[in-house]
Amino acid sequence: MSELTLDVQGLSTHFFTRAGVVRAVDDISFSVPRGRVLGLVGESGSGKSVTGFSVIGLVDPPGRITAGKILFQGRDLTKLDERDLRDLRGNRIAMIFQDPMMTLNPVLRIDTQMIETVLAHDSVSRSSARERARDALGMVGIPSPEERLNAYPHQFSGGMRQRVAIAIALLHRPDLIIADEPTTALDVTIQAQILAEVQKLAREVGTALIWITHDLSVIAGLADDIAVMYAGRIVETGRVEEVLDRPLHPYTHGLIGSVPSRNARGQRLRQIPGMTPSLLNLPPGCAFRSRCPRADAACEQDPPDSHPLEGRTLRCFHPQLEMVA
Amino acid sequence: MSASAPVIELKGISKRFGKTLDIAAKMTQGLRRAMGSTVREPVVRAVDNVDLVVRRGEVLGLVGESGCGKSTLGRMVAGIMAPSDGTVLFEGRDIAGFDAEETRRAKLKVQMIFQDPYASLNPRMRVEEIVGEAPRVHKLIGPEGYDAYVDAQFRRAGLDPAYKRRYPHQFSGGQRQRIGIARALAVQPEFLVCDEAVAALDVSIQAQILNLFMDLREQLDLTYLFISHDLGVVEHLSDRVAIMYLGRIVEEASAEDIFDRPNHPYTQALLAEVPRIDTRKRQFTAISGEIPSPINPPSGCHFHPRCPHAMAVCRERAPALASVAPGHRSACHLNGEG
Ligand SMILES: Nc1ncnc2c1ncn2[C@@H]1O[C@H](COP(=O)(O)OP(=O)(O)OP(=O)(O)O)[C@@H](O)[C@H]1O
Ligand SMILES: Nc1ncnc2c1ncn2[C@@H]1O[C@H](COP(=O)(O)OP(=O)(O)O)[C@@H](O)[C@H]1O
Ligand code: SF4
Ligand code: SF4
Ligand SMILES: [Mg+2]
Ligand SMILES: [Mg+2]
Repeated sequence: MSELTLDVQGLSTHFFTRAGVVRAVDDISFSVPRGRVLGLVGESGSGKSVTGFSVIGLVDPPGRITAGKILFQGRDLTKLDERDLRDLRGNRIAMIFQDPMMTLNPVLRIDTQMIETVLAHDSVSRSSARERARDALGMVGIPSPEERLNAYPHQFSGGMRQRVAIAIALLHRPDLIIADEPTTALDVTIQAQILAEVQKLAREVGTALIWITHDLSVIAGLADDIAVMYAGRIVETGRVEEVLDRPLHPYTHGLIGSVPSRNARGQRLRQIPGMTPSLLNLPPGCAFRSRCPRADAACEQDPPDSHPLEGRTLRCFHPQLEMVA
Repeated sequence: MSASAPVIELKGISKRFGKTLDIAAKMTQGLRRAMGSTVREPVVRAVDNVDLVVRRGEVLGLVGESGCGKSTLGRMVAGIMAPSDGTVLFEGRDIAGFDAEETRRAKLKVQMIFQDPYASLNPRMRVEEIVGEAPRVHKLIGPEGYDAYVDAQFRRAGLDPAYKRRYPHQFSGGQRQRIGIARALAVQPEFLVCDEAVAALDVSIQAQILNLFMDLREQLDLTYLFISHDLGVVEHLSDRVAIMYLGRIVEEASAEDIFDRPNHPYTQALLAEVPRIDTRKRQFTAISGEIPSPINPPSGCHFHPRCPHAMAVCRERAPALASVAPGHRSACHLNGEG
C-alpha cells in the first residue's frame, strides 16, 4: 500500500495584480507517496515555484490560494492557521529555494543559523545541535565543515551557499522536501553528490520529494514520477520511464525531442516554435495551441483531465500516441 | 576542416587576478603593513599557461567547472582582456604588434555573446540602436543603407524588424539573446565567442538558439569558441572540445574522441556524472575528495586530491599536455611521460 505524504487536489493560486489576474497555478492535482521523488518540470513562468510556495503556505499578497486542498499526511494545510504551519515548516516540511539567500540570514554565522534551526523543533543540548549541523554540512560536501561553521554566508561561493541551504533543509530529516531548481547552478560532480544524499533520505527515512527543474535529464535519473507543467496547468503526469519513453502531450513530446542527445550530433535540433504565453488574462482554451502541431478548433475549449493509459493523466484533446524517435 | 588555418592561436597564455579581500582581511593586512612586515595579496591564477588553437570554420567547445577560468580565457580570445603573460596570434600575427587600426579591426572580427542577455544590453537604448550603433560608428554602413541593414540583422537573428523601436525589457529571454546575436553579427564578425550563451534559456528556447547558431555557421562561415558547462550541448555542437580544470587545459581532442574515448581521469569523472535523459532511476554516488580552491590549488596535477589513479609523482609535478593519439592531447602522468 502506498501512503500518500502529499495529496494536492484542484489547487489554484492566483495573483490579483493591477494589470489583471495572473493564474499562476490553475486547478492542478498531483500526489507524492512516502519515499518517492516527483519531478515537476516546466519552462520558466509555468508556475512551478508558486506550486511549491503554495504547499508550504508562503504565498504573499496579491497572491492567494483560491481553490483546492493540500493534504499533508491527511491534514489539509489550507485549513491550518499560521502557528501550526510554522510548526510544520522547517521541521516536517522543508523547502530548498532557487535562491539560497531566501534560507540564509546574511548577518548570522552559519553555526548560529543551523543550531537555531535544530533547537526550534528539538530539545537537545547546544553542543549536540552543533554536531548535527556539522554532520549535515559534511553530507552535502562542504570541505572542513568544523571550520566552515564559523563562517558567514558571504564567505561562501554561490554553489557552497546553496549546499548550506540544502544542509539546513536536511537537519530535521523532514517528511517532505520541496526543492526548487536547487542544483541548476552547480557543477555536475557536486550535483551528483547532493542527489546522492537526497536519494538516501528518500530511501532510508521515507522522505517524499518534489524536485522542481526544467532539466529533464536530471529528472530522468532521479525521479520516480513526473508532472509536466505548462502555463499554470499540469498537462501530463505518470511514471518517469513511461512519460519519457511515451509522452502523450504534444508539449512533453516537443520538450523531449529538443534535448540535444535525442538528436544526431551536429544536426539541427527539433524545436518547439514560438514562446510561452503570458499568464496575465490568459484566454480560455488550451494555452499550448499557438505552438502545437496538432491544434484544431476543439482546442479553443479547455481540455479536461483524462486518463488515456493506466497511471497516466493528461490534458489534451489530441494526444500523440505514436512513439518518439 | 582540420587543414584550415588558425584564426586564433594562444601561446603560454596566463591571467592572474589579485583577489579582492574582505574588510576583516584588509584590516589585518593593514595592521601587518603598519608593523613593517611585507604582505603579498593572494593571487588567483584564473588561466595558467594555456596553449590553444582555433581553426577557421570550426566549433571549439570549452568545458569545465564553475570558476575554472573559461570566461577569462574567452575574454582574452575576444581581445577584451589582456593576458598577464603569453602571446595571442590573430590570423598568424602577434596582436601585441598591431597598430591602433589593426587592433580595431581585429576586435570587430571577434565578437562575444554572453550568458545573461539582459545584463549585456543597455536598457535605455532602443534595440534598433543597440544593433545599429557599432556598424554606424565603425562606418560599415552609410546613412542611406542604415535602415535596411539593421532590418537584415534582425531577420538573420530570427527577429521581426517591426519590433525594432522597442526597449530590451519588452522582450523575452530568448528574444533578448537573439538581440545580442544580431548586435554581434552587425559588425560582420568571423569569430564568435559564446560564453554560456544558452545557459539562462528554457529548454525549448535553447533548441531554437542552438539551431540559429548552426544555421549562421553555414551561412556566414563562422568560427566559434563555445563555452558551456552543459556537456550535452557541447557534444552536439562542437567539432573539437577542450576540458579545463583550475586554469589549465587538461584534455583536448575531437568531440568524438572526448565523448567516446576520454583519456584524462577528470574528463572521465565528468562524463560519468552528466545527467542524461536516457538514464532511468540511477544510484547517484558522492564523489570523494574536496573541490579545491583556485586561490590555493593543489600541487602538481591539480586534480590529484580527487583522482582515483593519483600516484606520488602527481603531487610533485604537473603533467604536460601531450599527444596521446593524432589530434588528441591529455595532461596526465598515466600516459607515461619522462
Ligand atoms: N576580475 C576578477 N578579479 C578577481 N578574480 C577574478 C576576476 N575574474 C575572475 N576571477 C577569478 O578567476 C577564476 C576564473 O573565473 P572565470 O570567470 O573565468 O570562471 P568560469 O570558468 O567562467 O566560471 P563560471 O562557470 O562560474 O562562469 C575564478 O576563481 C574567479 O573567482
Ligand atoms: N508576486 C507575484 N505577483 C504577480 N505574479 C506573480 C508573482 N509571483 C509569480 N507570479 C507569476 O506566476 C507565474 C508562475 O511563476 P513561477 O511559479 O515563479 O514560475 P516558475 O517557477 O515555473 O518559473 C508567472 O507568470 C509569474 O510571473
Ligand atoms: S489540446 Fe490541442 S492545442 Fe492543446 S496540446 Fe492538445 S492538441 Fe495541442
Ligand atoms: S596526473 Fe595523476 S592525479 Fe593527475 S589525472 Fe593523471 S593520474 Fe590523476
Ligand atoms: Mg521558479
Ligand atoms: Mg563564466
